[in-house]
Amino acid sequence: MDFAFFLIQLLNGLQYGLLLFLVASGLTLVFGIMGIINLAHGSFYMVGAYLAWSLSSLTGSLTAAILLAIPLTVVLGMALERLLFRHLYQRDHLYQVLLTYGLILVFEELRSLIWGDDVLGVAVPALLNASIPLTENLSYPVYRLAISGVCLLLAAALYFLIQKTRLGMMIRAGASNRDMVQSLGIDIKLIYTLVFALGIALAAFAGMINAPLSSVFPNMGSQVLIICFVVVVIGGIGSVKGALAASLMIGLAETFGTVLVPEVAGMIVYVLMAIVLVWRPEGLFGGRA
Amino acid sequence: MSQNDKDVFARRGFLKGTAAIAGVAAVGTLLPSTGALAQQAKLKVGLMLPYTGTFAQLGVAITNGFKLAVDERGGKLAGREIEFITVDDESNPAKAPENVNKLVQRDKVDVVIGTVHSGVAMGMAKVIRESGTLWINPNAGADEVTGPLCAPNIFRTSFSNWQTTHALGKVLKAKGHKNAVFITWKYAAGEQMMAGFKEGFEKEGGKLTKELYVPFPQVEFQALLTEIASIKPDAVVAFFAGGGAAKFLKDYQAAGLKGKIPLYGSGFLTDGVLDAVGDAAEGIETTLHYADGLDTKKDKAFRLAYAKTFKLQPDVYAVQGYDAGQLLAAGLDAVKGNVADKAGMIKAMEAAKIDSPRGPWTLSKSHNPVQDMYLRKVVGKENKVQGVAWKALADPARGCKA
Repeated sequence: MDFAFFLIQLLNGLQYGLLLFLVASGLTLVFGIMGIINLAHGSFYMVGAYLAWSLSSLTGSLTAAILLAIPLTVVLGMALERLLFRHLYQRDHLYQVLLTYGLILVFEELRSLIWGDDVLGVAVPALLNASIPLTENLSYPVYRLAISGVCLLLAAALYFLIQKTRLGMMIRAGASNRDMVQSLGIDIKLIYTLVFALGIALAAFAGMINAPLSSVFPNMGSQVLIICFVVVVIGGIGSVKGALAASLMIGLAETFGTVLVPEVAGMIVYVLMAIVLVWRPEGLFGGRA
Repeated sequence: MSQNDKDVFARRGFLKGTAAIAGVAAVGTLLPSTGALAQQAKLKVGLMLPYTGTFAQLGVAITNGFKLAVDERGGKLAGREIEFITVDDESNPAKAPENVNKLVQRDKVDVVIGTVHSGVAMGMAKVIRESGTLWINPNAGADEVTGPLCAPNIFRTSFSNWQTTHALGKVLKAKGHKNAVFITWKYAAGEQMMAGFKEGFEKEGGKLTKELYVPFPQVEFQALLTEIASIKPDAVVAFFAGGGAAKFLKDYQAAGLKGKIPLYGSGFLTDGVLDAVGDAAEGIETTLHYADGLDTKKDKAFRLAYAKTFKLQPDVYAVQGYDAGQLLAAGLDAVKGNVADKAGMIKAMEAAKIDSPRGPWTLSKSHNPVQDMYLRKVVGKENKVQGVAWKALADPARGCKA
């Protein structure tokens, strides 16, 4: 591998890492901050992708589709929180696992009834449908770079929201002591509803923005679910910063792993997770976010 | 949109159909059988296929194809009515022995038709070899099924993984490509297709420069695409399927490799994804045992009948299901519906010449189709036939001792 290709692989790794952060960011909120084990995270990712497909074929524009779909997913998230999740905060994690596993099955079957089982494609927006030549036979799609930009913006926005705003302060306080926050006169129920809806909307948004790259197909959600949990666990529960660092680490490890040691590429991420957990059981940024 | 409406419709129609069959069967057992009506009992056909999950559509296509073959014979095979018993195998290898046992032990079916997923098929093979039940496999391509696991009662009407890429060696040689890179998922089917290609290509004097593997079922190809760009092979050969294939084709184009390094593949790379990938697949050549535009009388009649009956366009899976029905019919006709004469049936099936929409084929000694491999080229939304890449290609059936 000469130096130019090393740099390109570095870019690949960072870009993939940012993509992972985008997909895992919703889970960081819901699992990391609210403490809900949401196995259906991947399903919301899938719902987002299918909505992007439906609405972009209806409106002819991915941007319009995303703008229309986000409010829908926020409403979906709020409704699910009110109707289902709210009743489980005080229960054991096992109940959440059962509920969210059930939701996976429900969403898969609904997807099959509404959209069928085909592989569907979403077009890259015309404005971003170009490539930048890097070497004589390799170029880099502009859309991928644009996604990386969106991911960075999103990371900054989330960090700002949680660490620097009053709402973020209440969210963090609610995460560490729900009863105390409530007795201080803060509507913790409303805050939980909002955070949950935000988490769902982020997962769905990831699905939408990723749809032109990944295509839209059955079971696409279960593909991303495990890696999302790995990101949150390596990064440290409840830390946006940690999730970003973990995503980049995984992106780089996987990219260079696939190229340099292809025989074990499938397990590199899990070896990385094991090492991090032995060294810091609370994750990279866990416990001090 | 209309495609989807049709799918939903077809699915519902299918569910209704099965419900109706089950209902009829239930009523049938309640009616007292009078002496005048007494005849041979219904033939029990166990369909073990995926009806949910990623491969649901393939399961439905195979079922439709099989039923079409039965319908064409007046709803009967060798004069016997058919009772279908359906098991959804969910493409779950862990449940395969249990599921096939339901059919073999509990329902005592006369023949098992299944399945799509190779891992499930491997699980079925063990049970079937012990029970001796007749098994027709209408898809799962694991080389082992008609290799080390072959048995007199095990038949396949689809392909072996080895077959789908072996002919590509000749194709690449004819195009003047001297070296190539193979990229696929790191799992059994991918490795077998890679081996099939390597053998065929090296026989022609070509060199497989590098084998690139993506962990299954990941779809992040960027790192390996970069590596392909740095290796600069004469050609790239790929096997992915479904959503993974769609993403690979798009990524290959987006990375600027399309048009610079020609891409070839096992036919599954471009089957069922052409609507999703736009022009990313245009011009890509693949080999498979079925293609669009074969323009034979049999294929035209089959496509028309299938579209009329199910309001769907048939695909390679429907053809494989249809041929499973034809192969079973050939066996039953020879023994006049008397399934107890298993040896007679097997003999007739081994000798059968199947008049398939894909073209006529026969069975090899290990019970895998000896069939023409077509060279196809993506033109618009079709895998247009370009010619025969390998006439009557037989799987080597390594390890088959039956």
